[in-house]
Amino acid sequence: MLDFLARRIFGALATLCFVVTAVFFATRLSGNAMDYLLPPGTDAQTKVAMVQQFGLDQPIWVQFFRFVGGLLHGDMGLSFYERRPVTDIYAERLPNTLQLFAYALLISVAAGVPLGITAALKRGTAMGSAIMGLAFIGYATPNFVLAIIMILVFSLKLHWLPSSGSMTALHFLMPALVLSALMLAEIIRFTRNAMLDVLGQDYIRTARAKGMPKFLVVGKHALRNAAIPVVTVIGLQVAGMVGRCVVVEAVFATKGIGDLVVFAAIGRDYPVLQFGVILIATLVVVTSVLIDLLYALIDPRVKVTAS
Amino acid sequence: MSDIASSLKASSLSTNAPGLSLPSASVRRQPPKGLAKLWSKARWTTRLYLLAFALVLLFAIVGPMLAPYDPNAQTLLARLRPPVGFDRAMAIHPLGTDQLGRDLLSRTLYGLRLTLLIALIGSFISLLVGVVCGIVAGYVRGRTGALVMAIVDIQMAVPFTLIALLTVAIFGTALPVLVCVIGLSGWEVYARIVRAQVLTVSRQPFVEASKAAGATHLRILFHHVLPNVTSPIIVVWTMTFSSLILLESSLSFLGLGVQPPTATLGSMVGLGRDYLASTPWIAVVPALVIMFVSLLVLLIGDWLRDTLDVKLK
Repeated sequence: MLDFLARRIFGALATLCFVVTAVFFATRLSGNAMDYLLPPGTDAQTKVAMVQQFGLDQPIWVQFFRFVGGLLHGDMGLSFYERRPVTDIYAERLPNTLQLFAYALLISVAAGVPLGITAALKRGTAMGSAIMGLAFIGYATPNFVLAIIMILVFSLKLHWLPSSGSMTALHFLMPALVLSALMLAEIIRFTRNAMLDVLGQDYIRTARAKGMPKFLVVGKHALRNAAIPVVTVIGLQVAGMVGRCVVVEAVFATKGIGDLVVFAAIGRDYPVLQFGVILIATLVVVTSVLIDLLYALIDPRVKVTAS
Repeated sequence: MSDIASSLKASSLSTNAPGLSLPSASVRRQPPKGLAKLWSKARWTTRLYLLAFALVLLFAIVGPMLAPYDPNAQTLLARLRPPVGFDRAMAIHPLGTDQLGRDLLSRTLYGLRLTLLIALIGSFISLLVGVVCGIVAGYVRGRTGALVMAIVDIQMAVPFTLIALLTVAIFGTALPVLVCVIGLSGWEVYARIVRAQVLTVSRQPFVEASKAAGATHLRILFHHVLPNVTSPIIVVWTMTFSSLILLESSLSFLGLGVQPPTATLGSMVGLGRDYLASTPWIAVVPALVIMFVSLLVLLIGDWLRDTLDVKLK
């Protein structure tokens, strides 16, 4: 176990080092950022001053070590546009994204598990097929299309929900629903398959034969086994969900880090963009390590063997 | 964004250790089948999907000939007209017009073509990169192989949308850049499948025998390894294809993909978003087309997976 943990953490650190290096050199590939940030006709003196202010006149190695040093000290430079520390901007935005994630996760688990169980129990009936059809549509619909349709229906036609912003919990409902769609579909599929596997086992038949009521059998024996696929799905979906979060936040103007990263990419605000990529990659990598550990904890059958 | 790809990874990891063991594609070897045989075994619903997809492809190929107007021609007197069947509709613009009076039917046809083309070229790039990396990682043990697999792991760990955003921010939104960005997504799935197959096959007695008989690496590769991975590759290709369509549309939707005035389905939705309150069809028409196409591709992928009996485990 310790060996596995050490390997996993080492792998995660290596990934993050790679990301940091790649991000730094990638953003420097595009030439001098000042060329397009300053309005044409800016006099040379201002230009030089700006270049010095952002440290762009130093050799690239010096810039890299400053960059890494700054990263370790939590100092990631100033946003080209807002002229204030990048870390401050992210500190303001992060709670919104975390909130959005929490809601999306909650929705997909709270709805996905019961729906998956129902789909397994009512297999072959109209209800079962309807749930699986729904899951399939959730699977095939791109997030922004779903978002557009929901805005159209719930905001513009029915006037139930606000279409953008992040002021109240209601503002998070639609983005969270859109963000959860794919994970919900996955959880339904996985829970259903796991349940079908479990329901065919001998010990379920035994439990039923000794007179245990069906809901108890499902709740006690089958459901416990369905917890594993749910954790698997969450673990595997985290990276994808972060990716989709970027799109969802941009559509709903949720003032989170995804929204920030998109606009940094459009406006080529490199300090914001590079820290965003590093931050998100770190969050994803750390989460997946944690989920691997959780996985080993809830499923005693998992033998952690280092290959 | 590569959700389908991650679902494939998901199914490969569902029962075993948590992301520790590499999935190996276990493929039951089947006698070669022609397309005709596949068709004859298909259910009528599947045939319907296949026909519909063929129709979509046909529209994409001959679209410019069918399109009644130049997709970028503006008719300012016929702005914001709804599709036929609504008030103020014009029969000459069956799907309506956008804020500049451009014909939405023509734009959808051109957009469909560009979207599919980008996804197609991108998917071949990722196929090629993935297969080559998988072969290298499988054959060249030691540092090189380990390095390739490390890159695969990194690619899996970092959300692809971030890589795409970074690339587009640096290299701009020219079409070749976009195609390469899309080609860079999803290759790791092929690499893992091919590598696993190389490792499995090279331990088989018949491969040892043919090695002893003097077969070269290339011969073993083309006669023993690659034939065994065709089925999973076809299935992965189909399933990632729909996620590539979505990736392109999402980027274009955000304004980081194909730039206006060129129409792709994603950018049409993105532009139509601003008119959602008053003239929703500008966004809804291309949105429905994206949904329809990606649904079809997914359904076909599911069917292929079952028919070719590929277990991505």
